[in-house]
Amino acid sequence: MLGSERMKQITERLLTYSTAQQTEVVLFSEDTYLTRFANSRIHQNVAERNAQIRVRAVAGQKVGVASTNDLSDAALQRVAENALQIASLQPDNPDFQSLPAPQPIPEVKAFVQATASITPQERAQAVATVCKLATERGLIASGAYSSATTEYAVANSHGIFAYAPQTLSELSAVVMSIDSSGYASSSSLDVRQIDPEQIGREAVDKATRGRNPKAIEPGEYTVILEEYAVATLMTYLSYLGLGALSVQEGRSFMANRFGQRITGDNISIWDDGLDTTGLPVPFDFEGVPKQRVELITDGVAKAVVYDSYTANKEGKQSTGHALPAPNTYGPLPSNLFLGAGTSTKEEMLASIDRGLWVTRFHYVNPVHPLKTILTGMTRDGTFWIEKGEIQKPTKNLRFTQNTLEALSRVRTITEQTRLSRSFFGGIRVPALCIDRFAFTGATEF
Amino acid sequence: MKDLAERALNAAQLQGASYADARILQRKTQSIVVKNGHVEALAQDDDQGFGVRVVVNGAWGFASSSVLTLDEATHVAARAADIARASSLVKIHDVTLGPPEVHVSRYETPVEVDPFSVPLQDKIALLLAADAEMRHIKGIAITESNMEFVQVEKVFASTEGSYIEQKLVESGSGMEATAVSEGEVQTRAFPNSFGRQQGKAGYEFVRDRKLVENGQRVADEAVSLLTAPQCPSGITTLILDSTQLALQVHESCGHPIELDRVMGEEASFAGTSFLTQEKLGSYRYGSPIINIYADATIPGALGTFGYDDEGVPAQRAAIVKGGIFSGYLTSRETASLLGARSNGTMRADGWNRIPLIRMTNINLEPGTWEFDDLISDTDDGIYMAINKSWSIDDKRLNFQFGTQLAYEIKKGKLGTMLKNATYTGITPEFWASCDAICSEKHWQIWGLPNCGKGEPMQAAHVAHGAAPARFRNVRVGIA
Repeated sequence: MLGSERMKQITERLLTYSTAQQTEVVLFSEDTYLTRFANSRIHQNVAERNAQIRVRAVAGQKVGVASTNDLSDAALQRVAENALQIASLQPDNPDFQSLPAPQPIPEVKAFVQATASITPQERAQAVATVCKLATERGLIASGAYSSATTEYAVANSHGIFAYAPQTLSELSAVVMSIDSSGYASSSSLDVRQIDPEQIGREAVDKATRGRNPKAIEPGEYTVILEEYAVATLMTYLSYLGLGALSVQEGRSFMANRFGQRITGDNISIWDDGLDTTGLPVPFDFEGVPKQRVELITDGVAKAVVYDSYTANKEGKQSTGHALPAPNTYGPLPSNLFLGAGTSTKEEMLASIDRGLWVTRFHYVNPVHPLKTILTGMTRDGTFWIEKGEIQKPTKNLRFTQNTLEALSRVRTITEQTRLSRSFFGGIRVPALCIDRFAFTGATEF
Repeated sequence: MKDLAERALNAAQLQGASYADARILQRKTQSIVVKNGHVEALAQDDDQGFGVRVVVNGAWGFASSSVLTLDEATHVAARAADIARASSLVKIHDVTLGPPEVHVSRYETPVEVDPFSVPLQDKIALLLAADAEMRHIKGIAITESNMEFVQVEKVFASTEGSYIEQKLVESGSGMEATAVSEGEVQTRAFPNSFGRQQGKAGYEFVRDRKLVENGQRVADEAVSLLTAPQCPSGITTLILDSTQLALQVHESCGHPIELDRVMGEEASFAGTSFLTQEKLGSYRYGSPIINIYADATIPGALGTFGYDDEGVPAQRAAIVKGGIFSGYLTSRETASLLGARSNGTMRADGWNRIPLIRMTNINLEPGTWEFDDLISDTDDGIYMAINKSWSIDDKRLNFQFGTQLAYEIKKGKLGTMLKNATYTGITPEFWASCDAICSEKHWQIWGLPNCGKGEPMQAAHVAHGAAPARFRNVRVGIA
């Protein structure tokens, strides 16, 4: 780890080297490990140490960005010069106003020493636990166990300095037989919360119960979407329309619909960068503190997240959701939550006369972004439900579904939620029971 | 560079490595985005570091660092060896790499004009001109155009005696116009979606793209799509343009022929493959006119290089011959399990990643048809062009694609423009239904700079050549 003081020294040094009217420095350091297994053996096992410095130089209304991962004095001077030179060579961008001013940054405890200290041998032992559970049942295990320590600091010539360290550990497993597979995963800031035995058992159980799957006809069915599947849908929903730029450009499903009901009244979605049950970071890549933003409340479209650029356009305050510069996609939620309910998966199952249990989705992509129509495949544990019980495993199906319409037909929501990683941070969601979820195709396994 | 590589390899051997390789890499990337008439993003990124891959106790370990010093080389090699020893706690068999690969060589991408020598102002002026052309069209809400230039200098050294230097250069550009109305958003990209058309070439590759000349046309198409009728649902004849067919090759052929996928090494993330080993040499993948080759030696193509990141020379390999599945993309380790030699497809996305089997240039060979004849010969169907949406299952069988542009085909003529076109199918059934491929005159290679694979995720730069082709009895209009 570089630590707060060392990162402050580096960013200050760079600010002194810069002759731009305004300068922003983002310093990102990582120490990451990932142990990957397949065919019940470790086949890839990697480590990386890196530190990258990214400089945004402002000359009037011109902005240039340069980066390097060489932290020598000569390289820091060069990257400061490069950023300013790049800025000076371009025409004005009238939409750019200024880098943000300093604000108090709240503290968040997102660094866990146990995660930073885990050894390759300890990760191998955890992998061995998963593999043993699989091989005992004649199954094959694959997956990945990662641990990461990241630090980032943002400083600018208006006086911002913000620093945050974070740890993250994740274990995922896919356990396979000749005709079935099962999935489980767990993510946490604290490696001690990762239970390889529980992950292994969950994946083995799915693979075992999935043997000899039957084909079923595509159609509209009531579904139980486990948290893994819900996290994927919500990640895409967030990407498609919960940032301010997508609204300003008219490509968001939220555009012109604030104050209107867009999902069922049992759906609430918010972003909270300080919530330690997610993957919290107290400030964004401009050093602006993260605000809690109520995005959809009781089914009503409320707000989207902003960075300083999109906020300036509307005369608003940034909510602290800037991505690293240069960024043409706009701000995005980074620690997203879908509100829990009061149900259990067992109660959901008991309530369904005919339907499907979906563990997770694979290769999801938007078909019609504005209408929130997504398509993707089921994977690693899909089961047919009849009269309140799982009757048989099924071959995998393709869904093509309007996500907002699906969220308007949520019958029940679990009390239990699960943390996953999204495109840009964390996402914590419950499982959902949804009526008339559209499956439009089938595959051969 | 050589000192650092030697230090890392020596340190690895002192730590008990039976095999080690070191890759040292310096990458420079320049990216420019013009959006709605302004320069929205302009960045130069410099990245450097090295990675050491070792086999200790018959198992793999890898460590990497951005600090290019001899002391760090010693530390990183020791860390890689320690990680390999941990890997050996959960092994079934020892790693085998087959016969040694020993090459001492240098390769450089041939370029006419070094893209980093071209003044930034010239590049910005070209993008602003293209942007202005798109913005001439009433009803356009968002315009975006971009260029990207990459220069990678890398060294590969191994304990088997290889020492290979490469300098790879890429240039790319593209643009898109988006029209928005109540309840509808339509985007048209040129010359391809996924941001841009990119090649292993100099600035000449960008200069020849004709962005400005096509600006008004693509913008006009985006606006027209807002009020175009929805693509109908049903079973029909489908003709794909070469860009969409390139992605079809990528998803339904390029990925399932990766031998690491076939052997289960990507099972937990990207998935496995329907092209299992017993199918090699006998399985009917498509109709007899389907011939697909992997070729990492095509001048200017994005998936072209001199040596892969295991130090194996770039080469051409048959994948599908006369419709029969004939070959995989391989690494040294996976090829040795088949009793074969690697066909040189292992590539890493930087110094901090291990090489994986990646597509190179995977190309559908041209047929004999003229495009106009193909349309004239089609009584009823749909022509689809330029990808908009893509999805495929984890064995690469059930796929669904959407395209930005489509036209109905009636009595041998292109007719009404259609919006939100989609088609779906099962890979071998789809390729078996191909009854016509256009000639070399219509064949083009398309760079795809965002192929994702692996954990941690790696983005590969690959390419696919294709000419328009016709497929019978395809299900269209899913959403």
